[in-house]
Amino acid sequence: MSENSSSATTKISTYLMSIVLIVLALSIVALILAVNFYPSKPDMAIYLLIIGFIAMSLSVYILFQSRKRAARMKIEAPKVMTTIECKKCGFKSVREFQRGDFVFKDLDACQKCDDKMIITAIYKEVKEKEKTYGV
Amino acid sequence: MVMLATMEVLPNLFGGTGDSISQILSMLFYVVFIVFLFYGQRIQMYVMIREVEGSLYKLKYIKEEGRRITIETIKEIGKPQTDPSARVDRYLEYFTISPQSMDPAGIVYKLDHILDVRDTRLKDEVKIMAPASDEVQVNNLENTLEAAMALNFIYKVIRHYYIQGKKTLSLYIIMQLQMILPLVMKEAEAYASALKAFADGQPIGDGAGPLVAAKLMHGYETRKVPKDCVVATVPLEGRTAFIIKAEGPGGNVGKPGDAVKAVIDENEGKVASVIMIDAGLKLEGETVGEVAEGIGAAIGGPGVDQFKIEETVVKYQIPLNAVIVKEDIGDAVSPMRKEISDSADTVIERVKNVILERTKEGDKVIIVGVGNTIGIGQQEKKRNE
Repeated sequence: MSENSSSATTKISTYLMSIVLIVLALSIVALILAVNFYPSKPDMAIYLLIIGFIAMSLSVYILFQSRKRAARMKIEAPKVMTTIECKKCGFKSVREFQRGDFVFKDLDACQKCDDKMIITAIYKEVKEKEKTYGV
Repeated sequence: MVMLATMEVLPNLFGGTGDSISQILSMLFYVVFIVFLFYGQRIQMYVMIREVEGSLYKLKYIKEEGRRITIETIKEIGKPQTDPSARVDRYLEYFTISPQSMDPAGIVYKLDHILDVRDTRLKDEVKIMAPASDEVQVNNLENTLEAAMALNFIYKVIRHYYIQGKKTLSLYIIMQLQMILPLVMKEAEAYASALKAFADGQPIGDGAGPLVAAKLMHGYETRKVPKDCVVATVPLEGRTAFIIKAEGPGGNVGKPGDAVKAVIDENEGKVASVIMIDAGLKLEGETVGEVAEGIGAAIGGPGVDQFKIEETVVKYQIPLNAVIVKEDIGDAVSPMRKEISDSADTVIERVKNVILERTKEGDKVIIVGVGNTIGIGQQEKKRNE
């Protein structure tokens, strides 16, 4: 089921890609024709030049847009950190989250005082700052 | 050749007097004007349809990723003998029919029963899918599957309206869909993030209440109370505090309504105050992790537990106070942000203030940490009732 659905998604993007590539090819043809027409029919050459440039810029724009969309389609897993503390001596360390960690889980002995260490916090780090909109 | 001839003749038809470029531009202007005059709304609709289509593809991708992560986690943790894919697909299509409300008397207990049956059924399914998993992992897997189920449902509803809009070419169906899409996408992305957190057993933003309760009860003996909750008796500011939270560290919200009722009944209603701590939805512009105080039962969900708590406190005339940690829907279901984790100490201070200001020394108070306790444990030593 999953394979079918993902192939459907790919099919659409291939379809879009082929249209864009055809338009791109036609725009190149228009530009070549413009060069050929220039000595005999300069007016026609200008039209072809305009059409060629517009078609080329549109297809390049769509290509970039679809690349951006594909990049946006990734589910990014945030970096989750685990804080470990020794309640006796106050020794604290932060490491990346490991499956099986939970808040108030007892861990191995403290490096400094040999007392048991516990997980005191598990949180994700959010890098980007929220916009304030000045209100 | 025909095209060349047309290009030479057409400008004269539109009365062009300038050079060839201005003639062609004025011709283009008229064509665009006429096209927009007759087909403007249709073009607008196609633009909207394309926008919805793009989001629908994204939703489909998120939904499929959710399904993939779920199956992988089940295989990794549950060590099933057969491929769980078919069973997961069946699970994703599960539905719950809410009770008839024509005669609303007693509907809360009917809904409560249906939710109990649903919970038992889903847990049983998870146990079959992942036979090697323990109780904590079963709860986490159930939460993972529920997030995948939510993503599947969102995708299907949006696809339904998209197809309906395309079939009927109704601008209004498409327009409504396009207008709500940013909020729907935000929710879907939040569930996608939740899915990974549930699969790994990480605390989520909704666990702000259980985190505070766990901090308060840490170092004290806990005992089980119905249903899926634990309570610890803790001396606090010269009062006796009964701290309640869902039993962790598996993904579980418990039934705080039943737990509060049980503790109040045990104390024959002699409780000076009930203080509820929960994650509250923030408005745009408010800061994540901001702490606010109020009155009432701070608890979300279908309303069954809120009803039970309100019913019990009204019976014994117990004041009901609330402290909330503000966050948005995305923060509530994704791994807990540092701001929320750090706010637990502020909440404890606010709770102590409420106790000092609203109760007398020697009184009994109940403090309930409401929310999903995934990734948040409590004192290991337990004394079963």
